[in-house]
Amino acid sequence: MNLLGKLGWSAIPFDQPIIMGAGAFMVLAIVAILSWVTLKGYVPYLWREWITSVDHKRVGVMYFLLALVMLLRGFADAMMMRAQQAVAAGGAQGYLPPEHFDQVFSAHGTIMIFFVAMPFVIGLMNFVLPLQLGVRDVAFPTLNSVSFWLTASGVLLINVSLVVGEFAKTGWIAYPPLSELQFSPGVGVDYYLWSLQISGVGTLLTGINFVTTILKLRAPGMGYMRMPVFCWTSLAANLLIVAAFPVLTATLGMLLLDRYLGFHFFTVDGQGNAMMYVNLFWVWGHPEVYILILPAFGVFSEVVATFSGKPLFGYRSMVAATMAICVLSFLVWLHHFFTMGASADVNGFFGVMTMIIAVPTGVKVFNWLFTMYGGRVRFTVPVLWSLGFMVTFVIGGMTGVLMAVPPADFQLHNSLFLVAHFHNVIIGGVVFGVMAGYNYWFPKAFGFMLDERWGRWSFWCWLIGFYVAFMPLYLLGLMGMTRRMQHYDNPAWQPWLIVAAIGAVIILAGIVCQIVQLVVSIRDRDLLRVTGDPWNGRTLEWSTASPPPAWNFAVLPHVAERDTYWVGKQRASAQPAQPVPQQQYEPIEMPRNSPVGFVNAFFAVVAGFALVWHIWWMAGLGLLGTFLAILIFAFRDEDEIEVPAAQVAQFDLVHKAEVAI
Amino acid sequence: MNVTVAIDAGETPQSASEAGPAPKRIVVAYGFWIFLLSDIVMFSALFAGYAVLRHATAGGPNGAELFNLGRVAIETACLLASSYTCGLMALAVNSRRRLATYVTALLTFALGAAFLALEIREFADMIAHGASPQRSAFLSAFFALVGCHGLHVAAGLIWIVVMMAQVASKGFRPPVLRRLQCFSLFWHALDIIWVGLFTVVYLMGVAA
Repeated sequence: MNLLGKLGWSAIPFDQPIIMGAGAFMVLAIVAILSWVTLKGYVPYLWREWITSVDHKRVGVMYFLLALVMLLRGFADAMMMRAQQAVAAGGAQGYLPPEHFDQVFSAHGTIMIFFVAMPFVIGLMNFVLPLQLGVRDVAFPTLNSVSFWLTASGVLLINVSLVVGEFAKTGWIAYPPLSELQFSPGVGVDYYLWSLQISGVGTLLTGINFVTTILKLRAPGMGYMRMPVFCWTSLAANLLIVAAFPVLTATLGMLLLDRYLGFHFFTVDGQGNAMMYVNLFWVWGHPEVYILILPAFGVFSEVVATFSGKPLFGYRSMVAATMAICVLSFLVWLHHFFTMGASADVNGFFGVMTMIIAVPTGVKVFNWLFTMYGGRVRFTVPVLWSLGFMVTFVIGGMTGVLMAVPPADFQLHNSLFLVAHFHNVIIGGVVFGVMAGYNYWFPKAFGFMLDERWGRWSFWCWLIGFYVAFMPLYLLGLMGMTRRMQHYDNPAWQPWLIVAAIGAVIILAGIVCQIVQLVVSIRDRDLLRVTGDPWNGRTLEWSTASPPPAWNFAVLPHVAERDTYWVGKQRASAQPAQPVPQQQYEPIEMPRNSPVGFVNAFFAVVAGFALVWHIWWMAGLGLLGTFLAILIFAFRDEDEIEVPAAQVAQFDLVHKAEVAI
Repeated sequence: MNVTVAIDAGETPQSASEAGPAPKRIVVAYGFWIFLLSDIVMFSALFAGYAVLRHATAGGPNGAELFNLGRVAIETACLLASSYTCGLMALAVNSRRRLATYVTALLTFALGAAFLALEIREFADMIAHGASPQRSAFLSAFFALVGCHGLHVAAGLIWIVVMMAQVASKGFRPPVLRRLQCFSLFWHALDIIWVGLFTVVYLMGVAA
């Protein structure tokens, strides 16, 4: 028996200069960061304040940072694909051999959905939800840390696959029978499966945590119809996580059984049924796109209302539309494969349901427009992103409704038209929403603003770059170009693909501007310093200090109406100054920091890596480690520390003094 | 975390949704319910897979030839009885009687272990007769669905041992009580899934 399973020196592609170069760069970057952190003596600080932190704000920031780093990785894949397709016309083969190009598009899709978009929205929800709900933390703070580190485990595994072994060549959806052992004997699909299984557990735990938080932990007086819309859309997104992610776990589990134990769920032989995978995958996959977009809708609702200086138009219809989308998202999955060959009735049903889902989305767009109508709109960076979203997302939505017509879909299925459509809604919807939220809540998280000028540059580069990169793809799709082509022989396509590549470069400039914006803002932080309420906000997160103390609120706020903080400010300015009543401060019990999330994730990586390479003893070790980590945590004696009332009072008085200045 | 909040004197909350953060006992049980629902969703995917592949026997044996209803009836009796003893354990915990807690937990463990032993025996017999999960898509779906339930029961057995160790070393502290409450929910949920499994897999399998 081989102690290292399938692992050997041949797993490392020494003959591939691109992969080795990227791998060497990654290793160098990690070594450089680790040695810088160690030399500067930051390790104890990072361990104490971040790695073991169970504070929802810290966990949220770490999610966001993880997503930003992975955005760079996923975007590098995108640049490689655009460069390849710009040159590989006629007889030319480009610079990426087919087996490498296949890994690049698979990694791009997997990373962008699971390790960029998901951590972005989960990071935002983590940071914002408890603050908007007026409470001190999420329902299960330590579980929250476990979730984050499991997501990080998935990220680590997928990045290891770049250098040790290979990644899947099956596309990010890994359809069988191609993804079965018979046709994908390498470890690529196994990396895909285990990294998604591990991070999927983290996402599911997050969903459970946030649903419980929103439904059971709200400030006194905050009934459901007084919750900010971001909380409502997050509730819908997390209900979808709880209802959809277990299906993904089961589906990928079946594929794992096929690959590891010779089961016949989706195989060609043994009467397996490959289309069952496709169905189950999209039973998760379609709700997933709403898991991503609904929190973005929430961000736009907050941004538009705040910067128009008006309450959100049609709050109740917004809530109803959100919950309608939540339910309908489970009734449209078949539109991802009308070409499967289901009967006309079945295709017709799913086509109609898909068109119906555009109705609540349209309600939302009109609500945002009517909120701005007649308002004094301040054109800050978050508002720019919101306006860019409204225009772009409507275009993407309409191409979606077009493809919901089954006969049209038979023409457009798997074409670049489809690729253009989903990038149109995911970049124009999710990414723009995340960027709006990032610029909007950054001052709350760190106590200083992001630089406006670089923010604007970033927005315009992204917006223009998006149109230049993806509008040609609609045309190419109508010209008959299918997705995932390593090379092509139709010379008429090449000019448009060169335009698309230029668009990708413009987006790259947007990403560079974002990095510069962050660096410049940190450099000038003393000039950009703000108090608790820099935007003249409406919801409770703006009533506490920036950055908020670990306990968020010295005294839990009482909520008497919607936009309670805004209404309170209006009342205060209408009446002559009244003496502030003496606050009664009480000691606050806070959850203790815990390394269990980090340790658990460490062993999860060990187990995942070992399972990919069939190193069974190591897999057993990893699983035992995760079990023991949780067991030891379960036997802890104290899990809370008390913040004395005097400390709470002192912080709160300083914050009030700051606001008064 | 401080979850109890004093409400200003004279002000009565309008409704339950405006009462402020719920106490920890409620929050934990509620969160665990959500987890159980997600677990049931996972089983529903496995059930769907089984329903699709039920007749995909690839020329191999089908349910009518393989299932022994007598043995499955005993398995079912064990599991249902263990739910009853689990309920008795909850009563013992509520009245803080340690000895009764240990005894009922031991009974629950024994009945769960008996169920698991019978199931493993069933699997071993099937594999010995060539009806392994590698034989056909139907058998793959059968072993995955029933085996996943069996894994849950095994996890429950480990959990109850850990909980008794906690009762012994820590006594009936609030965290231990909350976990015992979650364990009860978990154990009863496994029963509910088994009822579905017994019907869909075994009863309908023998009838077909």
